[in-house]
Amino acid sequence: MTTAQLTAAPKPLGRKEKWARRGPLLPALIFTIIITQAPFLATIIYSLHSWNLLRPGSWGFVGLDNYVDVFTDSEFYTAALNTVVVTAGCVLVSLVLGIALALLLDRPFFGRGVVRTMLITPFLIMPVASALLWKTSMLNPTYGLVDAVLGPIGLGGIDWVGQYPMTSVLIALVWRWTPFMMLIVLAGLQSQPRDVLEAAKVDGATAWQAFRYLTLPFLRRYIQLAGLLGSIYVVNTFDEIFMLTQGGPGIATTNLPYYLYQRVFQGFDVGQAAALGVVVVILTIIVATFALRAIFTAVSGREVSE
Amino acid sequence: MRRRSAGGAALTILTWALGVLFVFPVFWMVLTSFKQESDAYTEDPTFLFTPTLDQYRLVFDGGLGPYLANSLIATVVSCLLVVVLAVPAAYALSVRPVRGTKDALFFFISTKMLPVVAAIVPIFVAAQQIHLLDNVWALVLLYSGMNLPIAVWMMRSFFQEVPSEVLEAAKVDGAGLRTELTRVLLPMVAPGIAATALICAIFAWNEFFFAVNLTAINAPTVPVFLVGFITSEGLYWARLSAAATLAVLPVVIVGWIAQRQLVRGLSMGALK
Repeated sequence: MTTAQLTAAPKPLGRKEKWARRGPLLPALIFTIIITQAPFLATIIYSLHSWNLLRPGSWGFVGLDNYVDVFTDSEFYTAALNTVVVTAGCVLVSLVLGIALALLLDRPFFGRGVVRTMLITPFLIMPVASALLWKTSMLNPTYGLVDAVLGPIGLGGIDWVGQYPMTSVLIALVWRWTPFMMLIVLAGLQSQPRDVLEAAKVDGATAWQAFRYLTLPFLRRYIQLAGLLGSIYVVNTFDEIFMLTQGGPGIATTNLPYYLYQRVFQGFDVGQAAALGVVVVILTIIVATFALRAIFTAVSGREVSE
Repeated sequence: MRRRSAGGAALTILTWALGVLFVFPVFWMVLTSFKQESDAYTEDPTFLFTPTLDQYRLVFDGGLGPYLANSLIATVVSCLLVVVLAVPAAYALSVRPVRGTKDALFFFISTKMLPVVAAIVPIFVAAQQIHLLDNVWALVLLYSGMNLPIAVWMMRSFFQEVPSEVLEAAKVDGAGLRTELTRVLLPMVAPGIAATALICAIFAWNEFFFAVNLTAINAPTVPVFLVGFITSEGLYWARLSAAATLAVLPVVIVGWIAQRQLVRGLSMGALK
């Protein structure tokens, strides 16, 4: 099947025709530039100035001083490290779980639609509500459900959020992101051509061999896409940390977004917060470059195969 | 054959068990919301109790109404704005591709990659200066900006599924660009528009970072209500569960309805 896109004739267009084509794009483009790009431009400008919101008239050019402050602040490195731990931990665990669940769902069985619906539900739950749920009725050391389940095997009475704050954050995050990974990998599995698998079976391949040498290589770019897209979202994690631990105890679970939030709304130091923002953007762009490539491969891969 | 079906049954049971495990916290939240506080606080989990609607009544008495209204406005209006902007843009990028299509697509998606926290400083300052601080319209604009790239990519993937024969036929019949879009294409991608709006609604309803930082008294949304709840009444689990259930219900239902399209939205239209 050819897509509509491929039929666009390369004949020269009149001025009017050109605008008729370009016109529909412009409102969305201009809106996006104003809402999403202008603030980043302002962030860069702020980052070169000293400005405290609580002290009117404190505006002045300071060059790269704010950046020096960011990089000489030891809390920045802790927050950066925590960001890596949160992101890598959540993405890896939920990716493995997501792949396993996708494989289990990719076979016909009784109630498949119901199980699928149950499995995607955690992703739909408002993160603030889910963090609240985990903090109280799930992970409470005395009355929590987790305690009731783990108590009989001798792991009762654990103050999860207090003693293992990072693990608690990761539990809530993995619960939310596993369905995300599962959905993307499942979409990959379901687009796998069945005839190849049939042929392998006819040739006497075992289920494991078919999985190892056919399915897994085919899934590679879907797993990559899930991991990278997931990383971009998880790097920005704020809600769970705000609700579960407030970045604490101390700064044990403070990631860069939460650290930046504290700088802005507790310190009101605009210049320093902006410099921190620019640094976070640069770090994210490094991850995002890979993600963009994965998305474009997925898109163009599909267009070629159609 | 028999061994295989036994293995199959084991896998089915395992899959069901994992499904129940994943959804159980949600089930527990809903169950707790119908309890009295004394039943919510037990060392051994209580499954049998006399259900009550008291907690829901208390939540509404606690003033959930205005928060719900704000969330509804922010979600519905931003989704409408997103659809109005995204459909023509996606049309321009797929059916009648303009020059630099790839650049435009790249631009839209790259805005999604930038961390919103980094933009909060100027957004806060700008909102303060144009008197949009603590105003639900600030959230409408920001949620639209947040969802527009996803919508453009998603809508583009729907437009691309329109068979080229349909467009050829329309052209032969002498349809202009406008007629082509409104009479021929829109009815065909209408389900896609609905799916796109639903996906955007999920993200807008659940958004917390902008809501908590840019609103105070007039415009706070449902997630902000929940935060206030834990500080003032964090010890009342049953009431808290009722509040959380009401907060998540709309999106869970929307998500279940749109679940076939969820993956397309999450992958920016790259997968379906």
